[in-house]
Amino acid sequence: MFDDANIIVGLEIGTSKVCAVVGEQSADGALNIIGLGQSRSRGVRKGEIADAPMVEEDVRNAIVEAEQMADVEIRNVYLGVTGAHIRGFNNRGVHPVVSADREISDDDVQDVVKNAKAINLPNENTVVHAIRQHFFVDGQDGVTNPVGMLGSRLEVDVHVVHGHTNRLQNAIRLVKGLQLEVDEIVFNGLASSLALLSGEQKELGALVIDIGGGTTDYVVYSDGVIKHTGVLAIGGDHVSNDLAYGLKVPLSRAEKLKLEHGSALVDDAVKGRTVTITNELGLPLKTINVEHLQRIMSLRLEEMFQLITQDLEQAGLADYLRAGVFLCGGGARVPQITKLAEPILQMPVSLGQTNSVSGLKSALDQPEFVTAIGLARFGSFKNRKRENKTSFTRGIKSTITSILRR
Amino acid sequence: MIKIFGVGSAGVSLLDALNGEEFAGAGFVAINTDASPLAASSATVKIHLETKLMRGLGTGGDPERGRAIAEEQFSTLKTASEGADVVLIVAGLGGGAGSGISPVLARAAKETGALVLVFATLPFLCEGNRRQQQAQQSLEQLKSVADGVVCLTNQKVFKLIDENTSVLDTFRITGGLLIEGIRGVWQLLTRPGLIQIHFDDLCALVRDRHSESVFASVEAAGAGRSREVVEKLLAHPLLDEGRALAESDAVLVSLVGGKDLTMAEVNRVMEQISRQCERAEIIMGAVMDATLKNRLSVTVIAARHNPVAKTEMTGDSSEPSAARGATSRSGVRSIPPAPSFTAEQREQMVARHSSGGRSRRNSSKMLQAQLPLAIVSKGRFDKSEPTIHKGEDLDIPTYIRRGVALN
Repeated sequence: MFDDANIIVGLEIGTSKVCAVVGEQSADGALNIIGLGQSRSRGVRKGEIADAPMVEEDVRNAIVEAEQMADVEIRNVYLGVTGAHIRGFNNRGVHPVVSADREISDDDVQDVVKNAKAINLPNENTVVHAIRQHFFVDGQDGVTNPVGMLGSRLEVDVHVVHGHTNRLQNAIRLVKGLQLEVDEIVFNGLASSLALLSGEQKELGALVIDIGGGTTDYVVYSDGVIKHTGVLAIGGDHVSNDLAYGLKVPLSRAEKLKLEHGSALVDDAVKGRTVTITNELGLPLKTINVEHLQRIMSLRLEEMFQLITQDLEQAGLADYLRAGVFLCGGGARVPQITKLAEPILQMPVSLGQTNSVSGLKSALDQPEFVTAIGLARFGSFKNRKRENKTSFTRGIKSTITSILRR
Repeated sequence: MIKIFGVGSAGVSLLDALNGEEFAGAGFVAINTDASPLAASSATVKIHLETKLMRGLGTGGDPERGRAIAEEQFSTLKTASEGADVVLIVAGLGGGAGSGISPVLARAAKETGALVLVFATLPFLCEGNRRQQQAQQSLEQLKSVADGVVCLTNQKVFKLIDENTSVLDTFRITGGLLIEGIRGVWQLLTRPGLIQIHFDDLCALVRDRHSESVFASVEAAGAGRSREVVEKLLAHPLLDEGRALAESDAVLVSLVGGKDLTMAEVNRVMEQISRQCERAEIIMGAVMDATLKNRLSVTVIAARHNPVAKTEMTGDSSEPSAARGATSRSGVRSIPPAPSFTAEQREQMVARHSSGGRSRRNSSKMLQAQLPLAIVSKGRFDKSEPTIHKGEDLDIPTYIRRGVALN
């Protein structure tokens, strides 16, 4: 029923949940979310696969659910990756323009990007993304597309995101084992930022923080391009674990307490308030001080924001983020988290809204699904490019056949 | 009174090379475990460390044996170094005697109240891993015991030699370089100084620095000597054509000239050198030597700070010396002459040094390790890869790491 090229699926294998988003791309390139499948994740720690058979089952469940909801068969996915091993940095590539007329061609651009990618990575690492920032033609700054310009020396700044090959392959192999094709792997933080930020916000400079279950990914945009990416292997799991340790309750109970009573700031109203946890028969087991609960949580989240701030200051980007900070991921649901983050980051902090995507209202509103939607969006961008090329060749083909028919 | 100790075969042969007119007035002591090189030495005092175990054959390249035997003869070493204000120890690290005995000797000398400066060579890379390790280990020990360690990496000498240089010549060159360094220090300490460098300054410079402090000594004569000296210095292979100066963060410059040494010359040389090492803190001294006539000799010791290398074996922090305080000010171009010590100040220093020595000896004994009192369980992250950020394990709850009490 559907043309295969129009269906784009984003699959995120997260620490707390596996989530598949099915998007349909219309002829003009707009993305419409038509299906969503999710499943509780049981075999992932800190964003990386720890128990493959378990994850396999979870992914299958999520995919099946998404297929049923969207009424399509999923064959290809854009796979989101994260983990503490993923790093980002900026690099510059140089390429001399050798053609006789000094006009910069498409090939020159590809060469210069290739040069910029050729960096000294440790052997076991591979490049996940090499995102173009700006071109320089003979030292002239701020060129976004140099094709057709004249110059003798072409340079480009790229932001390179790289990670540990084997760990990346683990996720890819697992998905391939389920008879799914992986179109491309995408860094989760990048996907989230694609779903949240508008062009204007990217231009002004923005920070997207995706607080997931096992990791917190962040991406900095400035002047419309990605300037910095980072992964902190801290997430909601850590909050739960801290609570389990500090309040001396089992992890599952800590998780529940976090959802029911958690807050990023210690409320004045809860001072001295206690809750009693009961066993399945309703008998009281333990009394928990809510203030302690919130203090433990607050300290953990505060530290996380501080670490991000430190990193940004080190990269010298803290002053370039005029559009502010956007939060997403399950961690963005913590009450008062923007109030906690604002004084630390010293910028306006708000919860991110997925924009320029239409479709299922229930999916679009949840901060947890931002990454998976972003993955689909990444796919739609890629698809659009490919579409342009194929339509071009198809056009030639049809003219040739029509000539032959004559 | 200055005593120069040569330790091990390399040390003893270097000592013989030093034993000349120039160093008249110093006491020369040769220490070795092997009898034969000792017999050939021209040193005034020879100490043959021996036990029955070795049958006069030396340590067999094992520093532990060297150390053991030196500890056994600790009192002998102490007696030998008695009466000296400054003790210079010359040793080739990497073997058994040099690496094993020198740290013990340095400690013995410290206990008698002398200031101890060690000149050591590190082995060539081709001499093998084991010798490198032994040398490094010994160097660390020396650093924690002695007031200062100046060390020459033999490997650097490769830049000075060509394809045809024989092994013998190579070792002669390394020996020669070390001797140059010792001569520089010697002149610094014994000749009447126009601008004095106190021994403490020297010690503070080499203390806690990178293991590979580099030094170079050059000489020039004639009218353009100040300019020529700087040129030679910047072309010196041991200074990596002046790059070593730019990288170092503490530089000691000692100028030695005849009676005709002018202030303008001193100024010119210093100006050039300080331009090369803008980051570094410079200690300079100028010394007169009537025998030099119209020649000018400049010795530079450059040291680079390396916090990683600062792993003191004994971990004593009870030694915040005045000199270290003086050099910790950055950007000081020259340092006023250090105050001369009164008798009681010296006594105090002696007391401090000797007590420090004792505590070191105690701490080198076996200690029973203590387990941390409370073990923080990492819960669900127990088996996953830890999240370490700047040495902090982020898997441990924040409130515990920050010490927030929940009552």
